[in-house]
Amino acid sequence: MQPLEDVRHIHSGKLQMKGYFLRRFIQSLIVVLGISVIVFVISHLTGDPTDLLLPPEATEQDRALMREQLGLDRSVVVQFAEFIKNLIRGDFGESFRHQTPALSLVMTAFPATLKLTLAAMLLSIVVAVPVGIVSAVKRGSLYDRLGMVVALLGQSMPVYWAGLMLILLFAVKLGWLPSTGGEGFRSIVLPACTLGMFSTAAIARFTRSSMLDVLEMDYVRTARIKGIPEYLVVLKHALKNASIPVITMTSLQLGRMLAGTVIVETIFSWPGLGRMAVQAIYNRDYPVVQAAVFVASVMFVVINLLVDLLYTYIDPRITYK
Amino acid sequence: MRREEVVMNRYYRIAAALKSTPFLGLTVLCVFLFVALLAPFVAPYNPSEQDIVQALTPPAFMVGGHRVHLLGTDELGRDLLSRIIWGARVSLIVGFVAVILSGFIGTGLGLLSGYFGGVVDSVIMRVVDIQLSMPAILVALSIIGAVGPSLQNIIVVIAITTWVDYARVVRAEVLSIKANEFVDLAKVAGCSTFRILKSHIFPGVINSLIVIGTLMLGRVIIFESALSFLGLGVQPPTPSWGIMLADGRQYITFAWWLSTFPGVAIMLVVLGTNLVGDWLRDVLDPRLRAAMK
Repeated sequence: MQPLEDVRHIHSGKLQMKGYFLRRFIQSLIVVLGISVIVFVISHLTGDPTDLLLPPEATEQDRALMREQLGLDRSVVVQFAEFIKNLIRGDFGESFRHQTPALSLVMTAFPATLKLTLAAMLLSIVVAVPVGIVSAVKRGSLYDRLGMVVALLGQSMPVYWAGLMLILLFAVKLGWLPSTGGEGFRSIVLPACTLGMFSTAAIARFTRSSMLDVLEMDYVRTARIKGIPEYLVVLKHALKNASIPVITMTSLQLGRMLAGTVIVETIFSWPGLGRMAVQAIYNRDYPVVQAAVFVASVMFVVINLLVDLLYTYIDPRITYK
Repeated sequence: MRREEVVMNRYYRIAAALKSTPFLGLTVLCVFLFVALLAPFVAPYNPSEQDIVQALTPPAFMVGGHRVHLLGTDELGRDLLSRIIWGARVSLIVGFVAVILSGFIGTGLGLLSGYFGGVVDSVIMRVVDIQLSMPAILVALSIIGAVGPSLQNIIVVIAITTWVDYARVVRAEVLSIKANEFVDLAKVAGCSTFRILKSHIFPGVINSLIVIGTLMLGRVIIFESALSFLGLGVQPPTPSWGIMLADGRQYITFAWWLSTFPGVAIMLVVLGTNLVGDWLRDVLDPRLRAAMK
């Protein structure tokens, strides 16, 4: 009786999983649609863009013509439908400033942002996970306390200020590293450290608490009793089980980092998406702002979707709600 | 349990809470609150008073510093300490008002979402998903870029980009409170939906709200200073920590204090809110630890 039921359970589990994937995918599509609505609304908050596009001496007739060209004389609903239609084709209009398609402008800046984010993520994981593990294992020691105080400070600092302090120390006082981007490998060090700082602190604190939970479990005690060396108990029995919440947390941090690039790229003049978006906002170049906000948000949705799907492989126990 | 035991239990709980009180965090917060309230009396100078002769004086403890300007002066000879003190005002006003406003929005939507479930819940939660996938700082910057950076606009924009955390936690709490018998009994007794939400469910979420509000205060202060740093927050000549850092950045090679001290002020306030928030969470609502990541 028992095995049969097990098989049935697995079978329905697979079906459930398919349904779950589909549902997650549709959810993501709805979110993308919502993002496009917000992007559309933001661009319409500015009011009449003809002031930006035309010289001040333009006549009312010129303005009306411009509005007609841009489709602004039509109803909001029609404009939105048009917007969505263009969006599906990847057309956000031309940059007011550079007279090139906004999306291709944004996409040329995207690799730089991706490089910076990945470097920062790698750095935070490499630093934070060991710090968290050692803090948990040596709970209450001087090392643990020091590590957690530094982590708390790291979480309390504004990103841009941390960047300024790194520039002050390593670029101005010591002169070891360049303070702006685009100068080879060395130029990524400071921006990546700045961008990764908050996440490093968060992941370290989280790894610690997750490890502490797991280290109290019975199976860890059993492993110790069996005489398995302590380092194996920690790395194999404990860390493997503690890693799932840490992975969730880390994927959430990835989104936070994408947002952080807006500030970090501005400080370090890193030629990426974030800096381009900020400059487009300064210049009121709304096609570029739209494209940048849209691309950054969709990136986040895609990352989340991938992480969710990844989980079901990492941990079969996760239920598909 | 006997009555004395209950009393003793309560006593131990209070004693434990007192023992773990984050005196550092509370002190820092109180000092900043006090300084912000009494800025006109505690600040040694008018924050916008320029004195070109004294421009870029280093802090008092450095060579070339003078004790009349404890933390030195900026490029226009304005006293840095006084500007930081007045800046505390701006940061805390924006922080408190935005936290309260976003708390209102988030709590309201969280209550509706958790209590009614179904379509209402789905719609609100999708809006939450949408908002969580958009980089808040970019959205805030583009809205402010469009509508203009007045103090009200900044507060409103911060509130509408940060209400999500409240909504999610309140919704989760409501779901668990709703399962209690007293909610069903209230329905049977003929309470209106509004009354059930107000008198039976809302009191159960207050603890969590206090905790999130405290932790969010720090985040909102950082958020505002970042907007100001990028030039789309509070506008000069209002002394704001973010603006001071942005201005100081140009002089970073020879006047390090301009880009250091305002940041220290931000860090201390945020550290204070983090310490107090963590403590409140442990005392008021240990379950929240898992909910707030």
